[in-house]
Amino acid sequence: MQFMNHMTLGQYVPADSFVHRLDPRCKILATVALLAGVFLVTDLRLFPGWALLLVAVSALAKIPLSMVLRSARPVVFLVLITALIHVFLTKGDPLWRWGIFTITAEGVVMASRMALRLLFLVLFAGLLTLTTSPMELSDGLERLFAPLTPLGFPAHDLAMMMTIALRFIPTLLDETDRIMKAQLARGADLDRGNIVRRLRAFIPVLVPLFVIVFQRADDLATAMEARGYRGGKGRSRLNPLHWRARDGLALASVVALVVAGAAADRWLT
Amino acid sequence: MAEGFVSVLKGVRFSYPRTDTAALDGVDLEIRAGEWIALLGPNGSGKSTLAKHLNALLAPTQGVCLVCGRDTRDEKALEAIRRLVAMVFQNPDNQLVAAVVEEDAAFGPENAGLPPEVIRSRVDWALSVCGLSGKERSPVYTLSGGQKQRLAVAGALAMEPPCLVLDEATAMLDPQGRTEIMDVVADLNGRGMTIVQITHRLEEVVSCDRVAVIDGGVLRWQGTPLDLFALGPDLLATWGLETPPFIRLWQELCGAGLLDPAVPPSPKEVLDALCR
Repeated sequence: MQFMNHMTLGQYVPADSFVHRLDPRCKILATVALLAGVFLVTDLRLFPGWALLLVAVSALAKIPLSMVLRSARPVVFLVLITALIHVFLTKGDPLWRWGIFTITAEGVVMASRMALRLLFLVLFAGLLTLTTSPMELSDGLERLFAPLTPLGFPAHDLAMMMTIALRFIPTLLDETDRIMKAQLARGADLDRGNIVRRLRAFIPVLVPLFVIVFQRADDLATAMEARGYRGGKGRSRLNPLHWRARDGLALASVVALVVAGAAADRWLT
Repeated sequence: MAEGFVSVLKGVRFSYPRTDTAALDGVDLEIRAGEWIALLGPNGSGKSTLAKHLNALLAPTQGVCLVCGRDTRDEKALEAIRRLVAMVFQNPDNQLVAAVVEEDAAFGPENAGLPPEVIRSRVDWALSVCGLSGKERSPVYTLSGGQKQRLAVAGALAMEPPCLVLDEATAMLDPQGRTEIMDVVADLNGRGMTIVQITHRLEEVVSCDRVAVIDGGVLRWQGTPLDLFALGPDLLATWGLETPPFIRLWQELCGAGLLDPAVPPSPKEVLDALCR
């Protein structure tokens, strides 16, 4: 379990809040609406609105803003690169020139817009995963995609795969830890040398891990069959999802905000 | 609970695909309602293969296996058979499906398409029988080995089966985990549930009603645990079974007239006899 001490599964923060209690389908759809909104709005003057919304929802969800902001940490590098590319490669009125590098006014606007869009994209998606447990998420996605099942879309199978993946991540991390220790005990050198050397040193860890994964998958399939699993058909749920009035209201409010934002954007430009 | 449950194997022969040797060779066995039967045999003797026949995970190549009159080769009977016979396997980590305790216990009833309130009452009952009440919302990875295996038993119980098959369910557990599981099993058998216990450990069959010894895919012997111990270590060794020190000690004490050979061995009585 050593690995588990250093990581949390997903980034769900349990709390008793209005946002946590919402149906996962409502939260997924609202997030999709917000992501669309972030891309529909082009005028920089409207972006503080998104920031305000982010602060408001975080407060409603009883999640510290710092925690929400932290969810964007993995993409900071990507945001910076995107911004730099746009700053230097957008044509227009030059503001500053040094050798082959030119910064234009349009470039600055474009860079800020793209960087902010990317940032809000990740932050809103982060709010979803902070307030919705992975199980609820997979449940919600299964139900949302269920209408596509007759067309051959494997909604249930994907949700089941997600459930099993969530169940087995800690087990496999544990297994990896064990194999690494076994290899280290036999003199393997896993963290010295350049990247190629390190990757090569990792092969003796990966091979047994793969063998174990397939063995486990086989055993699990047998156990699932023994427990009467026959795919999604005819299955019921212990905790079925309930769409309540507050879900409809919350979703409608978010959609209304997005539409208002898009309209304001059109009016301003 | 087990009223009318019966499983009958007649001349069951089974070979795994792409192998010449038979894993089971002409097995005749009847499992009766409410009994606790142990299938005893060394590794590779075919006892797990036999267990998988009881739940229709495997179907005989020759002969028949009937569960309450339903043929396990009949595809249409599979669902009913799996509700009658639940299985618990060796490695708890490889049979738990969901990441949260109550969700895993609910997996079987969910597959059966039962209404949520029925699933809820069954899950609560199964978890309480297995001593996991209060852990409903715990992530599975936070449980100990014994707790995980008790959850696997709870998942099987939530199907409310008249028969429970334990396929070396204690083999990967520490002594405490093993005791936990055996206590739950004894309790269930007391409530009338038919128990089929697959094991290679002689000390685990002491509390059973009947023992069937399998070796090389053939049913070698059937009888009570006491009759089995009376056969002596040499004969048992020819079937690949080792008599544990505790049973040997008990036999010595019986031989010396300090214990009654008609009473099943218990640690307490052996200790008392030694002290005398």
